[in-house]
Amino acid sequence: MSTAMDTESTYSGYSHYSGHSKKAHRQGRDRHKSPRSKDGSRSEKSVTIQTPPAEPLLGNDASRAEEGQDDNWGETTTAITGTSEHSISQEDIARISKDLEDSVGLDCKRYLGLTVAAVLGLLVFLTPIAFILLPQILWRDDLEPCGTVCEGLFISVAFKLLILLIGTWALFFRQPKADLPRVFVFRALLLVLIFLFVFSYWLFYGVRILDSKDTNYQGIVQYAVSLVDALLFIHYLAIVLLELRQLQPMFTVKVVRSTDGESRYYSLGHLSIQRAALVVLENYYKDFTVYNPTLLTASKSRAAKHMAGLKVYNVDGNNASGQSRAMIAAAARRRDSSHNELYYEEADHERRVKKRRARLVVAVEEAFTHIKRLQAEEQQKAPGEMMDPREAAQAIFPSMARALQKYLRTTRQQQYHSMESILQHLSFCITNNMTPKAFLERYLSPGPTLQYDRDRWFSKQWTLVSEEAVTSGLQDGVVFVLKCLDFSLVVNVKKIPFIKLSEEFIDPKSHKFVLRLQSETSV
Amino acid sequence: PPVVVILSYFVSFQQRIEIHKLRQGDNLILGFSIGGGIDQDPTQNPFSEDKTDKGIYVTRVTEGGPAEVAGLQIGDKIMQVNGWDMTMVTHDQARKRLTKRNEEVVRLLVTRQSLQKAVQQSMMS
Repeated sequence: MSTAMDTESTYSGYSHYSGHSKKAHRQGRDRHKSPRSKDGSRSEKSVTIQTPPAEPLLGNDASRAEEGQDDNWGETTTAITGTSEHSISQEDIARISKDLEDSVGLDCKRYLGLTVAAVLGLLVFLTPIAFILLPQILWRDDLEPCGTVCEGLFISVAFKLLILLIGTWALFFRQPKADLPRVFVFRALLLVLIFLFVFSYWLFYGVRILDSKDTNYQGIVQYAVSLVDALLFIHYLAIVLLELRQLQPMFTVKVVRSTDGESRYYSLGHLSIQRAALVVLENYYKDFTVYNPTLLTASKSRAAKHMAGLKVYNVDGNNASGQSRAMIAAAARRRDSSHNELYYEEADHERRVKKRRARLVVAVEEAFTHIKRLQAEEQQKAPGEMMDPREAAQAIFPSMARALQKYLRTTRQQQYHSMESILQHLSFCITNNMTPKAFLERYLSPGPTLQYDRDRWFSKQWTLVSEEAVTSGLQDGVVFVLKCLDFSLVVNVKKIPFIKLSEEFIDPKSHKFVLRLQSETSV
Repeated sequence: PPVVVILSYFVSFQQRIEIHKLRQGDNLILGFSIGGGIDQDPTQNPFSEDKTDKGIYVTRVTEGGPAEVAGLQIGDKIMQVNGWDMTMVTHDQARKRLTKRNEEVVRLLVTRQSLQKAVQQSMMS
């Protein structure tokens, strides 16, 4: 047994998923024991009898976790084969199937909705015109002559239709910025209302006017005017329902990112859950710092170490629930120095970051003063000729490249900035006469997701998970989750408290400060 | 041995003082200064025992003046002037009552605190 353990203990912590180890011990292995070398030297014979159900998430990321620990990570990690990580292959399949079905289903639904609305709109717009024109076409000779009042009504119909057209264009014909899973309740309601309304008008028109060939043209024109008036009122209703009602803030939502706990608060009005999710996502891209998976490696490796420390021996083989309790009790009792490690590690990291930052700031300042010198020289030589900012950027970039690269590596941002993007930003800053600090603002701390290249976003497709129907309105205490592949945003809705402000009369002398003197008078 | 206990306590006297005003040029002066009043801050009064007392107190007495001659002392609280009450007046009203041009004599009722020591002998056994 011990020889088998010795062979186990020879390889380093990095490659504990390498092919060699897998071949030797494929069945019944506990995946979480990264410090293998220590196990061999312990006095207890580590015979693994029963493994707790392996958590693929932890095992998955522990292999990716090695990246952050060394600057030269690309050279020493071993390749992850497909067969050893079941969870990755499942995720891949899920991703592929989702892509397939989404691209077909969504477009159909969107276009169907749009065409229905467009057809209805056109019909509604042409109706009053039809009402006015049909009698002229069908029984022109019988009609009474149109007097001044009647012709005045023509003008009013024309202008009202124009206003309706402009209003509808402003309200409805906007670029849709998102796709929502369910039908928009209020819009559907309005469409149905308009349809019923116009239908009833046509019915009345068909029965009373067309069939009986009414000759009172003024009455017909007034009927058409009343239709247009009613349409304008429906448009007003649409504005109130769709736009105004959600402007007054009624709820405060707290959005927390599941991976690192970054949270924000937003104020919303009466919205449905899907629209609230939309608002949250729009604000996510500009408010939350970009999701950086390499920043989470430290906590994951700590978690792995916690789990790896204790081994459970199930001697009797039947008490499964007692296992977890025993583990927790043992973990609580054991003297753990991981908090010490965390403190020193964090202090060390901060010190390193500050040092590198100081070097970077100095290097960039020197580079920028060099530009100023170059510009001064150029102006002396050939006044009126401006130095190309791109050339200037390329000239000074090498002097600060190393400091910048080291700083980005320390703060784990190196994958977000390519050399080309840095050069572009540098020439942009030079063109706009920015100071070194303004140039560095983008690199010193991670910014919102929108700032970076689309490939680095990690969050392009979202799923809304909610216990209540997504078209129902927000209520106090509703919780819904917006999931994307790598992380999720948990949204908690709270109602803004009802504030009661009342008026009270207070004698001005009693609550203001009165300066009392102590004067002395001689008599 | 018998224990001697010395007690000291404040006793308030009321006194009537008659001051004859002295003519100095166009003015009639009394020769002392007053402080206090209901519009003043009573906590700044150094002479009062009760720091919420808003009465009129004598803050200074000029040497050789009519007030000193009449026996007014510093720290006296003026209760009445010629029959007018001075315990609930403003500083300016007090000044006016003391400096009426047609009065040559003012009769004040003042309260004075003086320290009295009492020596008591007691037997302790």
